[in-house]
Amino acid sequence: MSDTAALVQLTAAEMAEKIRNKEVTSRELVEAHLAVIEAAEPQLQAFLKVSAQEALAQADEFDALSDEDKAKLPELAGVPIAIKDMIVTEGIETTAASRILEGWVPPYDATVIERLKAAHMPILGKTNLDEFAMGSSTEHSAYQNTMNPWNTECVPGGSGGGSAAAVAGFEAPLALGTDTGGSIRQPGAFTGTVGVKPTYGAVSRYGAIAMASSLDQIGPATRSVLDSALLYEVIGGHDKRDSTSIPEPVRPAAEAAREGAKRDLKGMKVGLIKEIGGEGFQQDVLDRFNECVKLLEDMGAEVVEVSCPHIGYALSAYYIVMPSEASSNLARYDGMRYGLRVMPPVDVPQTAANMMSYTREAGFGDEVKRRIILGTYALSAGYYDAWYGSAQKVRTLIIDDFNKAFDQVDVLICPTAPTTAFKFGDKIEDPMAMYVNDIATIPANLAGLPAMSIPAGLSGDGMPVGFQFLAPQKRDEVMYKPAAALEAALEEQWGGPVWKSMNTPWLEGLNK
Amino acid sequence: MSTFTREEITHLGDLARIALTEKEIVRMQDELNSIAESINTVQEVATDDVQPTANPVPLEAYLRPDVAQKPLTQEQALSGAPVKEDGMFVAPRILGEE
Repeated sequence: MSDTAALVQLTAAEMAEKIRNKEVTSRELVEAHLAVIEAAEPQLQAFLKVSAQEALAQADEFDALSDEDKAKLPELAGVPIAIKDMIVTEGIETTAASRILEGWVPPYDATVIERLKAAHMPILGKTNLDEFAMGSSTEHSAYQNTMNPWNTECVPGGSGGGSAAAVAGFEAPLALGTDTGGSIRQPGAFTGTVGVKPTYGAVSRYGAIAMASSLDQIGPATRSVLDSALLYEVIGGHDKRDSTSIPEPVRPAAEAAREGAKRDLKGMKVGLIKEIGGEGFQQDVLDRFNECVKLLEDMGAEVVEVSCPHIGYALSAYYIVMPSEASSNLARYDGMRYGLRVMPPVDVPQTAANMMSYTREAGFGDEVKRRIILGTYALSAGYYDAWYGSAQKVRTLIIDDFNKAFDQVDVLICPTAPTTAFKFGDKIEDPMAMYVNDIATIPANLAGLPAMSIPAGLSGDGMPVGFQFLAPQKRDEVMYKPAAALEAALEEQWGGPVWKSMNTPWLEGLNK
Repeated sequence: MSTFTREEITHLGDLARIALTEKEIVRMQDELNSIAESINTVQEVATDDVQPTANPVPLEAYLRPDVAQKPLTQEQALSGAPVKEDGMFVAPRILGEE
C-alpha cells in the first residue's frame, strides 16, 4: 500500500487532523487526490471536469496562512472536495450534464461554493450526474456513464452518481450533491457511502441549478457520518439570497455524530416505517436492514413500528410536482442569454420562437423532454387542479403522517432503496421502472425532512446496501447520533469501513 | 384522467418550445400514458378538505434591507451569450413576417 493510497483512504476528519498536526499539507492532499483521479478516471468516469490548477492554487493559499488564521477556520479547512456539476462555480465550466449548457462558464459562485472557499477547501472538479439531475442511475448524462467503483458493470445510482463514485473510489474525500427525490442518498446506498439531504431550506440553494424548487436541497456525500456532519456545518445556515433559506443557524450535527460514536442510544425511540419495505424490496436489502435494527436495539434504542398511511401516494405526487416545477424552471434555457443556440432549418422561419424550439430539441435529452412535456401538461388549464393541485394535497397528508410519527418517536428508519446497484441498461428503457427506485427517498423531499443514508453492509453478490434515517424538520442533528452509532457498531463487526471489501485496482501502482 | 394523444403531445411540445421529432412523439405517447396511469392515484385522497402544500417548510415572506449591491458587470452578464454585439444580446427576429 503506497503512501498516497493510505492518505486518500482516511476520512476527511482524519485528513484535517493530519493538517493540524502538520503531518500533511493541503497541497499534498490535493496532489494525492489528483493522482487517484488520473489513475481511476479511465475506469470510473466520475468527473466531467477536473480543476487541478484551481485546486492547487487554493491549497497553496491555505498552506500559506498563519497558524492563527488557520485556527479560525472550520475543522475541514484545507481538505479538498468535489462538486456535483449541478452547482455553479465561477470560472469553472458548469453543464448540469446537459448539451444545452455545454461550455458554459458561470460568472458567479453558488453560496455553498463561497462558503467552501471561505473555509479554504480546494475544489477538485465537477462530477457527473443525470442531465439536470433527472434520473436514478447517471445514465441520463449527455456526456458519459459513471461506473460504480464496487462493480464497474453497475450504475453508481443517480442523479449524483459522479459525486458518490468519486467519494467511494477515493478520488475525493468529500463531495456535494443535490437531492430532489433521493439524488444524494440513493447513490450513497449504491456505492457504500454516506449521503445526506438536510432539511429543506437548511442549505442555501442560491447557485444550485434549479430542477424542482420546492424539493431541491444541497447536501454532503462522504465516507463517514462525522464527515457529513462537518461538511453540513460548513455549507449550512441562513442565506438572504435564497428566499426559502431558514433564518436560523446550522444545527450541531458534528457534536451529535461524536456523541453517537459512543454507541449509547438508551432513551432514544426509533420508528420503523411500516409502509416502506416488503414487496418490491430485494431480500438481502431487507436482511441487512433488519440486522441494523437489531444493532440499534443492542445499543439501547427502543424500536417501534409506526405507520405513515399516505406514503403509498408519495411516488405519484412526486412525479407530478417534480416535472411541473422542472418544466417551469427549465423554461430559462431559451438560447438567448447563455448556453446552446440552434437556428431552425432554412425552410422554417428564422424567428426567436423557432430558434428556442430547435435549441431545446437539440440541447435536451430524452428524460428531460419527457419531464418537461409531462409537467407542461400537469400545469395546463383544465388539468392543474386534478394533477398539481392534488399532488400538493398529498404533500400535506404525508407531512401530517410524519408529524404524527414524530409525536411517537425521535427518528424514523427504512431502507434507502429497494435494490442494490443495477446493471447499465437495465432500467433505461422503462421510465416507471427507474422512477420506482426512488420510492423510499422521495417522502423526505415531499415533507422537507432531513434524511441520510449510511452503508448497512453488502448484498449476496457483494454490492452495498443503504440504511436510511429521517429526522424532524429543522432538527438535522437528531439523525446524526444514531447514524454514527450504527456506523461504529457495523465497522466493529466488519473490522473496518465497508470499503475494506472493495477492490480498488486504480489505487495499486500509485507512487511508482 | 385523459390520455395523451398524438395531437396533445404535439401541442405540449409547442407550448414547451421543443421541436419534437415524429419518432419522439410516438415513443413519448406510450411512456406518458403509462406514467399518467401510475400517478393519477393522487386524486383518490386529494379531497376538498385537504389544504395544498407549496413549501414544506413554511416561512414568513420578508423584504431584504434596501442596500445597494454590486451586480454582474455588463461583460460578465454577456459572457455566456450565444451571440452578442456592442454590449447587447443578439436575438433572432421576434415576429415571423418577411
